[in-house]
Amino acid sequence: MRELTYLEAVREAMSQEMRQNEDVFILGEDIGVYGGAFGVTRGMIEEFGPERIRNTPISEAAISGTAVGAALTGMRPILELQFSDFITIAMDNMVNQAAKIRYMYGGKGKVPMVLRTPAGSGTGAAAQHSQSLEAWMTHIPGLKVVQPSTAYDAKGLLKAAIDDDNPVIFYEHKLCYKTKSDVPEESYSIPLGKADVKREGKDATIVATAIMVHRSLEAAAELEKEGISVEVIDPRTLVPLDTETIIESVKKTSRLVVVHEAVKRGGFGGEIASVIAESEAFDYLDAPIKRLGGKAVPIPYNPELEKAAIPGVDDIINAVKETVNRL
Amino acid sequence: MAEKKSLIFDPVETLHSIEEKFEMVQVLNEEGEIVNEEADPKLSDEDLQELMSRMVYTRILDQRSISLNRQGRLGFYAPTAGQEASQLASHFALKKEDFILPGYRDVPQLIWHGWPLHQAFLFSRGHFMGNQMPEGLNILPPQIIIGAQYIQAAGVALGMQKRKKEAVAITYTGDGGSSQGDFYEGINFAGSFRSPAIFIVQNNQYAISTPRELQTSAKTIAQKAVAAGIPGVLVDGMDPLAVYAVTRDARERAIKGEGPTLIETLCYRYGPHTMAGDDPTRYRTSDIDSEWEKKDPLVRFRKYLEAKGLWSEEKENEVIERAKDEIKAAIKKADSAPKQTVTNMLEIMYEEVPFNVKEQLEIYKAKESK
Ligand SMILES: Cc1ncc(C[n+]2csc(CCOP(=O)(O)OP(=O)(O)O)c2C)c(N)n1
Ligand SMILES: [Mg+2]
Repeated sequence: MRELTYLEAVREAMSQEMRQNEDVFILGEDIGVYGGAFGVTRGMIEEFGPERIRNTPISEAAISGTAVGAALTGMRPILELQFSDFITIAMDNMVNQAAKIRYMYGGKGKVPMVLRTPAGSGTGAAAQHSQSLEAWMTHIPGLKVVQPSTAYDAKGLLKAAIDDDNPVIFYEHKLCYKTKSDVPEESYSIPLGKADVKREGKDATIVATAIMVHRSLEAAAELEKEGISVEVIDPRTLVPLDTETIIESVKKTSRLVVVHEAVKRGGFGGEIASVIAESEAFDYLDAPIKRLGGKAVPIPYNPELEKAAIPGVDDIINAVKETVNRL
Repeated sequence: MAEKKSLIFDPVETLHSIEEKFEMVQVLNEEGEIVNEEADPKLSDEDLQELMSRMVYTRILDQRSISLNRQGRLGFYAPTAGQEASQLASHFALKKEDFILPGYRDVPQLIWHGWPLHQAFLFSRGHFMGNQMPEGLNILPPQIIIGAQYIQAAGVALGMQKRKKEAVAITYTGDGGSSQGDFYEGINFAGSFRSPAIFIVQNNQYAISTPRELQTSAKTIAQKAVAAGIPGVLVDGMDPLAVYAVTRDARERAIKGEGPTLIETLCYRYGPHTMAGDDPTRYRTSDIDSEWEKKDPLVRFRKYLEAKGLWSEEKENEVIERAKDEIKAAIKKADSAPKQTVTNMLEIMYEEVPFNVKEQLEIYKAKESK
């Protein structure tokens, strides 16, 4: 099979949808000839023209609000926020509007929109361009939240997100953009709410998201050399969350480490830990659940401190060892 | 049949007539000639020379910053060449008591307001000491979130009003920034309270790759002032004398209690958007570049001053040498700043370190002292 980068996979998913559905269009800042801040839409304006690749004035409020309005009338907008940190400016439209409209219209009326946005640190973009705020969005009934870690997943999940009649927040991790995997040429869909076991193992379960999936796989490879077999699960969508896959895995391994880049306090890891604590898997646990997340500091600009602010491979290895050596 | 004259209000005609009123204020043309005697601020010879030196100095600072960035000795940097008149002549109309709320491209105004150069370099490197402003220096660090400074400026001005200060808040954004809700809300709020604020939009024609025409169908950004019920001015942003004059007038009105002014300066950024990998050839042509280079603020001001016998190559070289020396010294000083640590990050977050952070702090202090 052919390899694509994550970035190309996102672009291909959008292009394929746009070729077969006139109602799909994209709006965002600098997404025209510039191709967006990270180049995701590069080449698309040439194929689809400026009405479907809408380079907008700088206004995250208007971009998101316009998407809500367009979606209400049957369009299927994809909006790109240049950096996920700017979701703060789109917040009313997403939280008080997009998320609640179907419900408040008595189940009639729909908002089939996708908000795509690059998140995370690691590119030296400092405190206001590096956050991982996905947990905020998972707290809002009415929204779905997707966080793919591989090119293959990104393509299939984005198709599912575009096909979905509800508003979907689609987080793309900046450091994942250049990662590659085998990606089928034809269009395919990965259902929202289906976790993926990225590596099977029996001694401990790691549930990780976005770039932390890659770090966890590295950690698992290291741990294997020491005879520790680790299962790595990527939930892929936080809402809806595939609790079953996680619970079954923990029942098998009896140990759980949850890893995400977002600040640990109030992060989505707390939700995953709670799911296990409330489930039948709790009785199977041989060690307390461990959560790894970002330090409770704004992301520093300085590259060394930026790294220190979030979990690294070593932190994951140590956390797994601590859980495994518990008994 | 007699010609039917409509008695109904004609909104289209009204719009056109308003838009036509916003003519660009120019004092000094591209040839360095005064074309508007009345608007000439008649600066003293020393002031003219001082303003010219600042522009020359800042052009050098821009060039040096770009190459220091390329060498990896500076971090974040947004080039300023082409915007010297817009930035420095507007700043020249201010007093020390005035408070500046800049965007990321507005480092020069901050430096001329008193931000030590080595601190500007530390800011570029993301060192927390860069933004620790000296006591009594009325500036905020460069804003990165587009538009945020505009509403904050309304707030700073509100505070000044309350404390009956004889000073203004001045803030800068770009043509792109004028599309944000914060822009409209900021000018409207300040207008509503008649707060002493000056809102500058440096219209350098592009917001990263997006041309000015795409930001708004309004013919000028200055005319947006009308909706907020405040004065708006369109000025040649490559003309230092015009920029100075309109800013000085805005300041006078503000001090007199007549409220804020919106100023649009027409200018250009010669360089890339920032040094983080922008390639302007993707969205603009060299023809446009050279059109604007003909309007260069330094060229026309130099011609004007030379004709008055106030400027010479020798003077210019003096400034250039001084700039280079000071930049070298400032980089050296920035290099000697202590290395940032995790404990620094933990310590600067809250006014007082909370008890749960203190535990972490102790762990890191122990690690770092090893
Ligand atoms: C809220 C927000 N949205 C988007 C960005 C990304 N961004 C940074 S600079 C920029 C363009 C701004 O253009 P303009 O206001 O014209 O200022 P210029 O850079 O030309 O001086 C954009 C879109 C941001 N920093 N903040
Ligand atoms: Mg601009």
